[in-house]
Amino acid sequence: MTVDSPAIRAINLSKIYGSGQAEVVAMKDVSFTMSNGEVVALLGPSGAGKSTLLTIVGLVNSPTSGKLIIGEDLITDGPIPKVNLRSYRRRFIGYVLQKANLIPFLNAVENVQLALEINDISGKGAKLRAMQLLESLDVGHRADNLPHMLSGGEQQRVAVARALANRPRLVLADEPTAALDSVRGRQVMQLFRDVAHKYGTTVLVTTHDHRSLDIFDRILEMEDGRLKDENSGNILKAV
Amino acid sequence: MNLALKDIRHNLSRFSLTALGIGMLLMVVMGMGGIYQGLIQEATLLVDNIGADLWIVQHGTRGPFAEISRIPRNIEDRLQALSGIAGARSFVTFAVQREYNNNPLRMQVQGLSWPEDKGQWLPVVAGRNLGAAHFEMIADQILGLQLGDEVPLGKNHYKVVGITKGMTSMSGDGLAFFSLLDALEIQYDYSGEAIRLERQARQSRLTRQDIGWTQPSLVERAGLPSSKLPALPNPYVSAVLVRLAPGASIESVVAKLSGWADVTAFTRREQDELLLRGVVDRARRQLGLFKALLIVISAIIMALILYTLTLEKIHDIAMLKLIGARNTVILALILEQALLLGFLGFVFAFYAGKWVFPMFPRKVVINNDDLLSLAAIVLLISVLSAGLGIWKAMKVEPNEVLS
Ligand SMILES: Nc1ncnc2c1ncn2[C@@H]1O[C@H](COP(=O)(O)OP(=O)(O)O)[C@@H](O)[C@H]1O
Ligand SMILES: [Mg+2]
Repeated sequence: MTVDSPAIRAINLSKIYGSGQAEVVAMKDVSFTMSNGEVVALLGPSGAGKSTLLTIVGLVNSPTSGKLIIGEDLITDGPIPKVNLRSYRRRFIGYVLQKANLIPFLNAVENVQLALEINDISGKGAKLRAMQLLESLDVGHRADNLPHMLSGGEQQRVAVARALANRPRLVLADEPTAALDSVRGRQVMQLFRDVAHKYGTTVLVTTHDHRSLDIFDRILEMEDGRLKDENSGNILKAV
Repeated sequence: MNLALKDIRHNLSRFSLTALGIGMLLMVVMGMGGIYQGLIQEATLLVDNIGADLWIVQHGTRGPFAEISRIPRNIEDRLQALSGIAGARSFVTFAVQREYNNNPLRMQVQGLSWPEDKGQWLPVVAGRNLGAAHFEMIADQILGLQLGDEVPLGKNHYKVVGITKGMTSMSGDGLAFFSLLDALEIQYDYSGEAIRLERQARQSRLTRQDIGWTQPSLVERAGLPSSKLPALPNPYVSAVLVRLAPGASIESVVAKLSGWADVTAFTRREQDELLLRGVVDRARRQLGLFKALLIVISAIIMALILYTLTLEKIHDIAMLKLIGARNTVILALILEQALLLGFLGFVFAFYAGKWVFPMFPRKVVINNDDLLSLAAIVLLISVLSAGLGIWKAMKVEPNEVLS
């Protein structure tokens, strides 16, 4: 993989929720590209459409119009998917959401293992890899605990481990550091960058936390469903 | 990693309680089937055990279980003379309800044709068969009598010399076996006053007819006790049982008997049919319908339970879909829990039933066929009721995690 070839290409993506009176234009004509190994922050006020963009790129939401291309594959053209989305998510995408959303009846290491098993990686190797991930996120000592015994921050770090378990091509994180203190938050962001630069993973993170913005390769900004001119983003980064 | 088991372990006590509840429900289904089988067994118990090839009853009746049948005892002798018949004995049966030791004692009196029949065919678990022509009885244990008890019936006391197990009438009462003559004595026991009145009536009937005027000695005779009267009519019995000679064809004997205008003959199979299709038919159908209803109810309850279990996990299921889990993973999670619930419920029902059913007042018979068919039904219910939950789980969109 070369860093230059685009990993993701969004072309004129729009999303309209509801219809008639209740119509909400959440996203309008959004176009951008991201390269392999690139770590991108997505900023914007609440309601700007960040989550909408993230879920469409994450293949759990369909655009009303526009195209999405991942690697060489045309994923969707308008609302009709061109590939098996679930299989695509399984193999290529890792998610970190605002809430950890761990499976409550599996302990920390099992939650990570589950992501591997879903990809047909099981047994000792899977457990070892899950443990390593947890340790690299400072929650190795909590491996045997069920989610409800973990603090919010610990849960979120387990969720990060789960997202990275299959070495996905694309990691999407929706305000992943909201539940973390600034040190831990920064740690997670740094981990994303390390993974991205090491394995060529593309990372897209929405965040409110301006203190960690120096970690990102690039910053995108959204407002009222539109992507701002990237230059204004660069100005922000300079701040 | 088995998600179904991990989830159960996480909610162990609630899952066990649910399985227990389903188990109790299945126990009731099992019990209903057992009562049904018990009814059939009780109904056909005597016919199957008494060892008769043919039942000879009053002409035109379906006796002696379905309706009253009375035939003179000497039919026995006429039958003995017929070729192809090895033995004939009288059969008397009727219910009595008395008091013994201040407890109600309800039993079905069964006459044994002493001395040929001493009750050798009875499952005697304590004591012995009849050893004398009079004043002895064999009682089923359900009657609660002890060996050596002397039960007053009519003008005599009858000593319990043997105890049987599992000999009950089709209404669930215990059977008590007496010699045929004793049984008739109990059946035709009249009080002294009734006999005195009958004697008087006999005399006055005679004096109103010319036979009384012309033969005064007859009037005098009529005042004697019944036993001193010359017996004109034969004593009546309920039926006569026929045992065929070895090698004799039942059809030819039945064909010969069809020429007799005063009796009707039934084979053992026909007698069984009469009992099941006639006497206990309504009870049987009622129980059958009730069992079917209970199965439907169990299915609905199980479906609701599994649906609730799925609803509780709907967020996790959406998350599983989000990270790309295949449908089989989700399907297995629900289906395995359904099957486990059904299996545990069935096992509980089996062992609890084994312990509880023998305490029931009437026979509850759990046979292997019933167990197998119930197991198949439980399997089917489990799969079908999981369907509702699976349907719900399949409809969940992965982005529901985000809301
Ligand atoms: N499922 C939905 N149905 C209707 N409107 C929605 C839905 N999801 C988001 N919206 C609307 O779309 C707009 C963008 O929301 P969102 O993408 O969540 O923004 P952000 O993540 O930047 O806060 C908001 O006005 C929001 O109310
Ligand atoms: Mg959002």
